[in-house]
Amino acid sequence: MSNVAGIYGSNGAMPASGSEAGPAPKEIVVAYGFWIFLLSDIVMFSAIFATYAVLANATAGGPTGAQLFNQKSVAIETVCLLLSSYTCGLMSLAINAGNRIGTFLGAAATFVLGAAFLALEIREFGGLVARGATPERSAFLSAFFTLVGCHGLHVTIGLLWLAVMMAQVATKGFLESVQRRLFCFSLFWHALDIIWVGLFSVVYLMGVG
Amino acid sequence: MDAQPHDLAPGDRSGSGTVREGTLSGLLVYTIGLVLAVILTATSFWAANTTLLWQPGVALGVAVLAIAQMGVHLVFFLHIDTGPDNTNNVLALAFGVLIVTLVVVGSLWIMANLNANMMPMGQLMDLHMQR
Amino acid sequence: MNLFGKLTLSAIPLDQPIPMVASALMVLVVLLVLALITLKGYWPYLWREWLTSVDHKRIGVMYCVLALVMLLRGFTDAIMMRSQQAVGVGASQGYLPPEHFDQIFSAHGTIMIFFMAMPFMIGLMNFAVPLQLGIRDVAFPTLNSVSLWLTASGVLLTNVSLVVGEFAKTGWVAYPPLSELQFSPGVGVDYYLWALQISGVGTLMTGINFVTTILKMRAPGMSYMRMPVFCWTVLATNLLIVAAFPVLTATFAMLLLDRYLGFHFFTVGGQGNPMMYVNLFWVWGHPEVYILVLPAFGVYSEVISTFSDKPLFGYRSMVAATMAICILSFLVWLHHFFTMGAGADVNGFFGVMTMIIAVPTGVKIFNWMFTMYGGRVRFTVPILWSLGFMVTFVIGGMTGVLMAVPPADFQLHNSLFLIAHFHNVIIGGTVFGAMAGYNYWFPKAFGFTLDERWGKAAFWCWLVGFYVAFMPLYVLGLMGMTRRMQHYGDVSWQPWLVVAAAGTAIIFFGIICQIVQLVVSIRTRDQRRDTTGDPWNGRTLEWSTPSPPPVWNFAVMPRVTGKDAFWEHKLRMPDRPTGRDEPVYYEPIEIPKNSPTGFITAFFAVITGFALIWHIWWMAGAGVMGALVTILIFAWREEPETEIPAADVERVDRSRRAEFAR
Repeated sequence: MSNVAGIYGSNGAMPASGSEAGPAPKEIVVAYGFWIFLLSDIVMFSAIFATYAVLANATAGGPTGAQLFNQKSVAIETVCLLLSSYTCGLMSLAINAGNRIGTFLGAAATFVLGAAFLALEIREFGGLVARGATPERSAFLSAFFTLVGCHGLHVTIGLLWLAVMMAQVATKGFLESVQRRLFCFSLFWHALDIIWVGLFSVVYLMGVG
Repeated sequence: MDAQPHDLAPGDRSGSGTVREGTLSGLLVYTIGLVLAVILTATSFWAANTTLLWQPGVALGVAVLAIAQMGVHLVFFLHIDTGPDNTNNVLALAFGVLIVTLVVVGSLWIMANLNANMMPMGQLMDLHMQR
Repeated sequence: MNLFGKLTLSAIPLDQPIPMVASALMVLVVLLVLALITLKGYWPYLWREWLTSVDHKRIGVMYCVLALVMLLRGFTDAIMMRSQQAVGVGASQGYLPPEHFDQIFSAHGTIMIFFMAMPFMIGLMNFAVPLQLGIRDVAFPTLNSVSLWLTASGVLLTNVSLVVGEFAKTGWVAYPPLSELQFSPGVGVDYYLWALQISGVGTLMTGINFVTTILKMRAPGMSYMRMPVFCWTVLATNLLIVAAFPVLTATFAMLLLDRYLGFHFFTVGGQGNPMMYVNLFWVWGHPEVYILVLPAFGVYSEVISTFSDKPLFGYRSMVAATMAICILSFLVWLHHFFTMGAGADVNGFFGVMTMIIAVPTGVKIFNWMFTMYGGRVRFTVPILWSLGFMVTFVIGGMTGVLMAVPPADFQLHNSLFLIAHFHNVIIGGTVFGAMAGYNYWFPKAFGFTLDERWGKAAFWCWLVGFYVAFMPLYVLGLMGMTRRMQHYGDVSWQPWLVVAAAGTAIIFFGIICQIVQLVVSIRTRDQRRDTTGDPWNGRTLEWSTPSPPPVWNFAVMPRVTGKDAFWEHKLRMPDRPTGRDEPVYYEPIEIPKNSPTGFITAFFAVITGFALIWHIWWMAGAGVMGALVTILIFAWREEPETEIPAADVERVDRSRRAEFAR
């Protein structure tokens, strides 16, 4: 492969400065592209976030956050997601070491913890709806369900992606393309936890104060 | 350190010895990150629920703790640092943070200004009653 | 549960003559084209070489073709508006009833911005940037194809709305509460929202693609300060796309949630806040206009330096000005709604920022002028468009700075003065830049130049037509006429509107000239063949390739040692017109394989969009599943690249050099 000229760089004699070194290798290009995508996703969240902040008091005579939020549930969700970020890190280490069993174990742990987070969140939403605190009730509730729900949707997509990646590891092994995609997944998963930090702080903790 | 012609991918760490060494040092990094994150999370939850603190400062405190925890994630889980091979990644992140700040702060400032200037008196009274 | 959701036969506007005639014409043209392709047996060629292509050059051409076709549709809307306003005064209601007129001005804005200007700029970016950077393709070629076809999906849905159902009547910005279900119960706003959400995903992916390409993949030796200025403006543009489009996606998603699930983001009830839509829309909207104009600025930089035989004046200040515009464009958005009730402090801040953002653009204008000063300017068609731009855009910019003063804007907001201003800068800036880029890079793409005489005729018709069409609108705005009026009572406005309609006719002749230019150029192409690959005595790397370039662009990746890389080579080796050393050693080249992923994803996107618009839930689900399956199949494909043997590369390259030596 090394004497074939493609669109991504190969490592030959390179000038010292990074910006003059020619096209970067594919794994760097893919990871950077995904990084840019993640930043765009965070901007999207910020628009919904800003809307939530603007509408936080628009309860239209209906229930407020303080009346609705269950901090214990949120605390457990937070721990689940944080631990899943940790197990995702362990999975990355296993991938770097070429350790298949370790990879599957790390992935399974991440999946279970992520699914637990989702289950708790779905239960919370169900409880709210049962109490009449539906998104159609007020602008505040519309914004709450959309902001937290959008994050939950991303978590769901992440779990589906993880399952597909495990299928790819099982069928293709640690091909370069599979490793690149797993790397992107871990960036995604960590970013979701970063967003959750912002979410639980502003929506649940500040909302109750 | 030999000249690395290409930058690091975001989330990647610079090479560190053998695979085994890399795994162990990596494990340490992730574990420290986890512990810090747990401490910050617990502190946030405590701060929001305790009556020991001056209430108006709690929101600011929680915000600071959240930003700190985001930093922990970035450094320990995503391995973003300020080395020269990470410059593109940091610049992109800084750009993203700038846009997020402008969108959130800008929207809050504008909407508060609009609401204050345009709100009919009746609604203003309703809001006061709701507090 | 109705199998077809809200869709019934009454969705086809059989009782309205004008939409029916327009629909029939459009459907007829489409069927004719499809029949022609089928009869001539072009489908295998089209499928293999174009529809499944992941080659940036092909994708760029397809974007430009899409833009030119949509220019005709958007311009037709313009003709209808101008003619209606020329006659719809006093006792006469004109020929377009309000419900129809409202759809026309909404479609005009939506099409011209999203489906004409954006694809044109993206097409030029696609074609030229990898060539200018000295590389073989963009970072993510298959994703590039997906972007193109998702944009085409948005185009298709918008055009389908003419035949089946209706379009939005809210204007191209679709403010609530008018765009909420309560006041727009029909499918029009849904067509608007889904078409733009789908194409918005495509545009965002383009942004990611080009930021990554420019930052991570340039030829060896091409440091940042050796990049062509067009690549700098494309970088700034795509940073803006990545930062701004997600806001639009979120905003439209919230409006869709209001409309489909009864949420209360922007509704009148439930304590929703319609102003938040306006705020968020323009957070996207202002960067969007810079997304439209920055690539054009880049085109002008290339064209002016090439045809002045001089390096661009003030490279560093150009770069600094471009990046300053990139950041500043996120600090001015409130000037789109000064009149909506903010206090003097907020209005004042954004007014001042709006005036500040004019400064970097002024720097650019001076740099272009100083580039031409002391150079030997060749008055080709691209230079004419550039000169027309410099005068026209400055006028438009000045009226913008005028309206940046909030008290002045209170008089002029939403009047025809505003309409004149933004057409002044968009046409003078983006459209003229698109035309310049089109004429400039056409020979590189197709191997022969465009006819100069018809090109000059087109330019003069556009230039004169623009002024005749839009200067009266400034006057009308100052006289008090507001925008989007289907009918008005003040007869003193009519003469100005008649003049504006005449201007539209002149522009129409300009477009005819461009169509003739293309036909004539194709007919006489052998007389204008570009055998050297460098018809303009160019300065940047794309001119070092054959016209059209082989799929791999460069047989051997160039090593760059300065700005204006090709010009530098020509100076160093004047007896080697190809500008490069003859390669001793050819390597095999890996190029990305063509893929139907983009086309098929778009197919499912159209199905999903149409189904969601008409509330056909089972079909929407099927569309989403189809898209998912397509992604999974793509994820499991074995070989993403094919290898071109070194012998083939050598053969093509050597034969081209031999031909040139003749």
